[in-house]
Amino acid sequence: MTRSRPFSTRIPVVLGIPALFGIAFLVIPLLGLLVRAPWGSLITHLHEPGVWEALRLSLLCATLATLVSVAFGVPLAWALARSEIPGRALIRALVTVPLVLPPVVGGVALLLVLGRRGLVGQWLDQWFGISLPFSTTAVVLAESFVAMPFLVLSVEGALRGADRRYDEAAATLGASSWLTFRRVTLPLVAPGVAAGAVLAWARALGEFGATITFAGNFPGTTQTMPLAVYVALETSPDAAIVLSLLLLAVSVGVLVALRHRWVPTA
Amino acid sequence: MRRRLVRPLIFLGMLALALTGCGSAGSGSPGSTEPASRAASPSPRISGTVTVLAAASLTESFGVLADEFERAHPGTTVRTSFGASSALASQITNGAPADIFAAASPETMRQVVDARAARSSSVFARNHLQIAVPRGNPGKVTGLADFGRTELRIAVCAPQVPCGAAATKAFSAADISAKPDTYGNDVKAVLTAVRTGEVDAGLVYRTDVRAAGNAVTGISFPESAQAINDYPIAVLANAPNPSAAKAFVAYVRSEAGRRALSAAGFDVP
Repeated sequence: MTRSRPFSTRIPVVLGIPALFGIAFLVIPLLGLLVRAPWGSLITHLHEPGVWEALRLSLLCATLATLVSVAFGVPLAWALARSEIPGRALIRALVTVPLVLPPVVGGVALLLVLGRRGLVGQWLDQWFGISLPFSTTAVVLAESFVAMPFLVLSVEGALRGADRRYDEAAATLGASSWLTFRRVTLPLVAPGVAAGAVLAWARALGEFGATITFAGNFPGTTQTMPLAVYVALETSPDAAIVLSLLLLAVSVGVLVALRHRWVPTA
Repeated sequence: MRRRLVRPLIFLGMLALALTGCGSAGSGSPGSTEPASRAASPSPRISGTVTVLAAASLTESFGVLADEFERAHPGTTVRTSFGASSALASQITNGAPADIFAAASPETMRQVVDARAARSSSVFARNHLQIAVPRGNPGKVTGLADFGRTELRIAVCAPQVPCGAAATKAFSAADISAKPDTYGNDVKAVLTAVRTGEVDAGLVYRTDVRAAGNAVTGISFPESAQAINDYPIAVLANAPNPSAAKAFVAYVRSEAGRRALSAAGFDVP
């Protein structure tokens, strides 16, 4: 996706001024966090009980949710982009609904299906003694529900952009469709998968509404960083700011570290 | 070019209107139709809008009181906004334009008074904790001791919010080490977990049990006497409409106000 610059790319004023406003709008609140952060008591707040536990849980759950999203989202994206299944447009619309659904509603929906009295959950409970709400599994499920559509859209876009003639060439040489997918299609769209996975991971890391509704809020089991921030806001806004900065620093660090390895830079 | 700009601008304008409209929503609930007693109306004519920020647990009772107050004082409008007391307190100390603050704990009121956003406050109601169980009581919960049973699903408020602080007090008074599965970020979150049957028991206010109607059953326990929450109310220092605000506070403390509060499950001093 690297592109040479044959023409001078002077930004026209009509675009430049709104772009500046856009930057200011997105960056100033972050600066506000940095300016108002209690730098003096930073270390104290970082040593409060539960901080590292929440961070560990956040990273673990976001990573698991990303794996779940890749495992189910890539095949789904392939089906949407390449197969001839009927009602594809409708399916695409349905699987991207979580993008526009308020996450709290997503959490309620998960509860109605997988909760202890849910459509599926009551049988899970009665037959296998499995109860999902208030467990770490529930956090992963809630995050996957919210994050997977990002991955699906990203991979589907990459699949549509990829040249299908390579697939056809592989097929004429006798490769099965599974072999073609594995050895030809997937390597071609790998950057799209990586970009989608990073997006999904970032979305899962910040997930709040679906998690607190479906998985509840208990330190060490279900209390991820965004939940810890919300609860801390009740008594100590300073602690909440410190937690937010920690989450921000870790996620930016991870994304920067992965940038060169996975995602080709523009 | 021009035409294309106009439409998004109209949309933005409408969005802004809708958002500001939201601020005033939620005032008054279609509650009791009991005519307001005239005894509380003070001598000077009051009018205009009174903005009341009140704790989430006051949603039902203050909805009724706002309706009755408006009827008793034609020309007045009561705008109510309900939320976690701590969130409302920080809105006030950050300059939210409001006339009255009614908090669920003296600590949150103290934040407001310390920031000189209110001069003094007075306690107008008290709330008890009560055990809430889903209809049918699937966990066979009988008292506070059941909160130590690990096999039960338990929800209590996070210790950072008033109902969680009260729960902690009750548990230590009863010498029970509670085994919750989730901490609600406010009392309504705990109530929802009970109402949906996701937990076998939760610790909420008696007023919440009352408000939930048939969906949950309340179980009283003796240790709740050790964890009573005082509800203070204050007219704010920068109240845009101080005379109407004073009248509303007087109304809350009048006979009619006390009746509405105790109907909702509060103890009135």
